[in-house]
Amino acid sequence: MSTPKTLFQKVWEQHVVVEPQGEPTLIYIDLQLVHEVTSPQAFEGLRLAGRKVRRPDRTIATVDHNVPTTIEGRLNIVDQIAAKQISTLRQNCADFGVELYDVDSREQGIVHVIGPELGITKPGMTIVCGDSHTSTHGAFGALAFGIGTSEVEHVLATQTLPQSKPQTFRISVEGKLPQGVTAKDIILAIIAKIGTDGATGCVIEYAGSAVRSLSMEGRMTICNMSIEAGARAGMIAPDETTFAYLKGRRFSPQGAAWDQAVAEWSKLPTDPGAKFDRELVIDAATLVPYVSWGTSPGMVAPVTSSVPDPAAAGNELDRKSFERALEYMALKPGTPLDKIAVDRVFIGSCTNGRIEDLRAAAKIAAGHKVSTHVHAMVVPGSQLVKAQAEKEGLDQIFKEAGFDWREPGCSMCLGMNPDILSPGERCASTSNRNFEGRQGRGGRTHLVSPEMAAAAAIAGHFVDIRNWEVRDEVNA
Amino acid sequence: MEPFKTLTSTVAPLDRTNVDTDQIIPKQFLKRIERTGYGDFLFFDWRQTPEGKPVPEFVLNDPRYKDAKILIAGKNFGCGSSREHAAWALSDFGFRVVIAPTFADIFFSNAGKNGIVLIRLSETDVDTLLRNAETIPGYKLTVSLQDQTVTDDGGFKATFEVDPFRKYCLLEGLDDIGLTLRHASELDRFEKQHDNATWLHAK
Repeated sequence: MSTPKTLFQKVWEQHVVVEPQGEPTLIYIDLQLVHEVTSPQAFEGLRLAGRKVRRPDRTIATVDHNVPTTIEGRLNIVDQIAAKQISTLRQNCADFGVELYDVDSREQGIVHVIGPELGITKPGMTIVCGDSHTSTHGAFGALAFGIGTSEVEHVLATQTLPQSKPQTFRISVEGKLPQGVTAKDIILAIIAKIGTDGATGCVIEYAGSAVRSLSMEGRMTICNMSIEAGARAGMIAPDETTFAYLKGRRFSPQGAAWDQAVAEWSKLPTDPGAKFDRELVIDAATLVPYVSWGTSPGMVAPVTSSVPDPAAAGNELDRKSFERALEYMALKPGTPLDKIAVDRVFIGSCTNGRIEDLRAAAKIAAGHKVSTHVHAMVVPGSQLVKAQAEKEGLDQIFKEAGFDWREPGCSMCLGMNPDILSPGERCASTSNRNFEGRQGRGGRTHLVSPEMAAAAAIAGHFVDIRNWEVRDEVNA
Repeated sequence: MEPFKTLTSTVAPLDRTNVDTDQIIPKQFLKRIERTGYGDFLFFDWRQTPEGKPVPEFVLNDPRYKDAKILIAGKNFGCGSSREHAAWALSDFGFRVVIAPTFADIFFSNAGKNGIVLIRLSETDVDTLLRNAETIPGYKLTVSLQDQTVTDDGGFKATFEVDPFRKYCLLEGLDDIGLTLRHASELDRFEKQHDNATWLHAK
């Protein structure tokens, strides 16, 4: 019998082009996703060297980071530098023969939302993108990771990347998730536990019954934030949930090719007895809804707890960073998290901008009103998500509750478009990073699940979602 | 890429952990389509007040560190976004070396492609060097990539690990695509075979 292998090992081995002595392994890339921000210098590099895109059929582009999320804003992009970056991508895609899902496409959206929903993302693939949240696609059992612009150029030119083999780290979440605890809470808990550099150099495989019980949307939320734990990538073994999600999507195989694909994908899960470099088991029953309180995604605490004291930090440098975070966030140790009032609420992003996220938030919002001192916005992850939500009437629920219903894009996750926080504003956000200034200079970000964000919009402060009064049943 | 052999320079101490790439180069400067000119925006929000005045206590505004080509920081330097602009900004500003206990993976790779040498030293050594750079006027370090050592005039000496291939590329200033294309025939062969796996096709 052959040696048992992990999901990661299987995908890795199927993509080794050559292993030169004393050099990194050259691995083949099945799919590169391209967006406007990290690609212009890569295409320029190709031009300067007289190179072409080796595999346009394995390259897909969209615009997401810079696009405004209002219809008027998109028709006439006021920010000329952003507009130039978008038109540059348009020109590059035309020149190099790359398919572009442009602002006016009915399939435009955040790159990590459209890949899966179009069925471009598939189990067993290697996927890269000049964006650290490429780890999202690992939810399908793909090896997917973010790269820099030099690497974007390298993949455009050669469809390969030299890579040193990462370590493997299995995190198993076992048991039934308590009511009110979401995929977002699982990953926030993991980052808080292992730290923002806890998985540096590793590919994480998420396993265990709590992970298996999640929808593809939930699995994507978890894999998305692997990078926030320092991991190179996150992966989840493909199963019936994965196949059910992919079946019938635009670029999914059809007919006999579908059956063959499922047969191949079914060989991918980790073999019993396969060895990981590291293992961690988490009891799902111990998880609760979380809120981040600081300026690093590891600075997270249960919603029922209080802002912690820097005196608890391990060493002097950590304590300084801790104090600096509290100063930036304008928070005092001992303040109960559910007493913290918010000014803004952002529901969206590649972490939590999918249909299921919007359904969950709508269920909380239905029959309630957004607090008078809060501006809350819902930004679907893609045009398809937006269309589906409107078909289900979710937009009406949000609008009736006083939420602002927007056009798809990265929006306020990273403040590269008009959606930004003003200095001092405090935001409950379903995005992935609470770094200083991430959502706008001086803005204060608290990371939460879509349910927690919707509830904060209505209450005007953080609340324990487990005690929420659900008023209207949403037809979903 | 400019080859790196040895460097002797003053040292800028940045006593913060988890320095993310959003701080190294804030998002508003990512809209440019050029590869150069990011140095002025390095640590923009930490260097300047919202009104555009220099923050005097920030290390890069301290005249003592004006010519520093070596930066020292706390653990997990370069975490967060994959933006290579962070490496471009550090390099354009004049930094050739960053020393920290640990670095985030994507930043590590980006730095290497831009001729920046990243050196992992123990937290104890980093603490010592941070303190020396803060308290000893004109404090300098010498980095030898060939010997894999960091030394000062006062008897400090630390060795560091570096992947042999990365070392070779940095010493020679080699371009990655050129290196990969040495394997063009293997790539053609592999790709032909691999294309048969229709279940791994994008479209």
